[in-house]
Amino acid sequence: MRVGLFIPCYVDQFYPQVGIATLELLEKFGCEVVYPPNQTCCGQPMANSGFEHLTGGCNDLFIKNFADFDYIVAPSGSCVLHIKDHLHHPGISDKIYEFVEFLTDVLHVETLDASFPYKVGLHQSCHGQRGLKLAQMSELMAPPFSKPQQLLNLVKGIEFIELDRKDECCGFGGTFCVAEEAVSVKMGKDRVADHLHHGAQVITGADMSCLMHLEGILRRQKSNVVVKHIAEILNSQITYEQHES
Amino acid sequence: MSSTNHKDHAALAATFNKDEPRVEWHDQTLWWVRQKRDKAAAKVPDWEILRDTASRIKDNVLSNLSGYLRQFEEEATRNGITVHWAADAQEHNEILYSILSRHKVDKMVKSKSMLTEECHLNEFLHQKGIEVIDTDLGERVVQLAGEPPSHIVLPCIHKKKEEIGEIFHEHLGTPAGNSDPQFLTHAARLHLREKFLTRRVALTGVNFAIAETGEFVVCTNEGNADMGAHLADVHIACMGIEKLIPQRHHLGVFLRLLTRSATGQPITTYSSHFRKPRPGQEMHIVLVDNGRSTHLGRKDFRNSLKCIRCAACFNTCPVYRRSGGHSYHTAVAGPIGSILSPNLDMKKYADLPFASTLCGSCSNVCPVKIDIHEQLYKWRQVIVQENGAPIGKTAAMKAMNWVLSHPGVYHTAGKTGRWFMLNAPFTVNNGLNAWYRQRDMPEPPKQSFGEWYKKNKQ
Repeated sequence: MRVGLFIPCYVDQFYPQVGIATLELLEKFGCEVVYPPNQTCCGQPMANSGFEHLTGGCNDLFIKNFADFDYIVAPSGSCVLHIKDHLHHPGISDKIYEFVEFLTDVLHVETLDASFPYKVGLHQSCHGQRGLKLAQMSELMAPPFSKPQQLLNLVKGIEFIELDRKDECCGFGGTFCVAEEAVSVKMGKDRVADHLHHGAQVITGADMSCLMHLEGILRRQKSNVVVKHIAEILNSQITYEQHES
Repeated sequence: MSSTNHKDHAALAATFNKDEPRVEWHDQTLWWVRQKRDKAAAKVPDWEILRDTASRIKDNVLSNLSGYLRQFEEEATRNGITVHWAADAQEHNEILYSILSRHKVDKMVKSKSMLTEECHLNEFLHQKGIEVIDTDLGERVVQLAGEPPSHIVLPCIHKKKEEIGEIFHEHLGTPAGNSDPQFLTHAARLHLREKFLTRRVALTGVNFAIAETGEFVVCTNEGNADMGAHLADVHIACMGIEKLIPQRHHLGVFLRLLTRSATGQPITTYSSHFRKPRPGQEMHIVLVDNGRSTHLGRKDFRNSLKCIRCAACFNTCPVYRRSGGHSYHTAVAGPIGSILSPNLDMKKYADLPFASTLCGSCSNVCPVKIDIHEQLYKWRQVIVQENGAPIGKTAAMKAMNWVLSHPGVYHTAGKTGRWFMLNAPFTVNNGLNAWYRQRDMPEPPKQSFGEWYKKNKQ
């Protein structure tokens, strides 16, 4: 199985460890993973700002880089949703998977050699959850499920905290985070407060963009709580002893 | 975004956010309403099927609107109701004025009607020397305060009870400092009772109009629509042309959805059917277009006309809860207002589709399954294409596109950016950077993923 690894631009530039964890996990599960070096961005920042008509260059580049793989996998619900919804090209929108759903739905991962002895709060990113349906949404009267939770449950030593609002938006929203700075920050502060109130040591999720926003707020508050992409946790081998020392 | 002179959503929301405890109170109050909605919806077996059914009935209505409108007019006329047609807000207001003039009245009572807010009827009649008393308690509060409603179901949700106590003290003479809700409600009741008894004309909104029977249904919790209509010589009901449903039995779908979605109640206290004037009474219906047929012609946006004005999308919207209804500077605020308003004035409301993170919660609570967040995205495209965007933003987007379309440029730009963040952080960490004002920038790594991959995997 040849997998084309799409590492979104901001993950490439700011969170290389997320890309590395994603790559290592996919290889652990037997995928032949290739990272096309000339990739950049899915085009979402422009499209969500009303400039979808300018995204032709990004789209062409994406097709050139990824059309020939069996699957395309990316550690970002938001970027994958954008490609699925807006890049209607044979061999792209039907082959692209967000990392978590690729593990649960394609690789059918049921066991995992990972340990992460921390109290973890799971942030459901909206585009992953409501867009890609990675988890049931609190608004709908339908049976619960959660693909990220399903994977995290395989990790040894991990503890989960419950949130008061289990799927409220963090307020990142792409350019919204600067165009509507006041509301964006307040949303982020409220999300962070919910996790802190319930004793989270780590906030995780399937979208690094939400986590980058929450991290910005945590660090400004001088909090010890950190953010980790779900791939980093699933790829962790931290034992309780290491944690204690 | 907007090219007009008024403050846009972001600026108004920033002002609202200066009082953080108030934002928290506003957010928690509306979140509580959302939770009530969840509990009420969970009690209905097949809630999702009910939503789907409502959505399909409205599809049928929108596809056959002209036929249903003619049928409704015919049946209503047969029932003895006078039917008027208004192409726009101006015509609607003129029709109202002509009825009032004919009866030589300069005062009337009005129960809740977002349509009359949309048409700015109160201001229009005020200029003609006619006094309009809003009889919905929340609307009366904001009317006394000289403000528009901030929410279509809970018009004064932005006011704390202490503030309402002050407003009543000033306008209704209640004792200063008394903010007991029961006491204030009683004071309002006495004040409004006198208005009901002395006004000869009553205006109501319409929640549902039934094509088959020519009747209309008005839903209130306070009974104020009934009190007005039953005591007045003239009852005028104003409705947007999209309020139609084909048959009376369809109410069984909509009445079950409306109040559960709105407040979490199983049904409104009063769901009153008006079919014909009582002997000696005049009954009028004003059917208002005001942009609705244009909207119906916009393929991507037409199904927003399914809206039954429950405001579930307001209560669930994390942006609305933290920016307040007035930040939308339009009669119908919230997510639904952000997709309806640009149809009325694409320049004035150009900012509204951008006042969202596109989280999608609105579409999930909508009882008639309007794809609100997808329409927000589509309006952004239409607005940028038709209005243009500020030169700076367009230039930035073009530059971004150029960088992201050229991998070599992207790699150099990324590396340079990270170098500056590591070695000259003040170039990024300053007050000009809207991210940095209240959030730290990410710690820039020494190498990008691409650089790591090149070294380790190739």
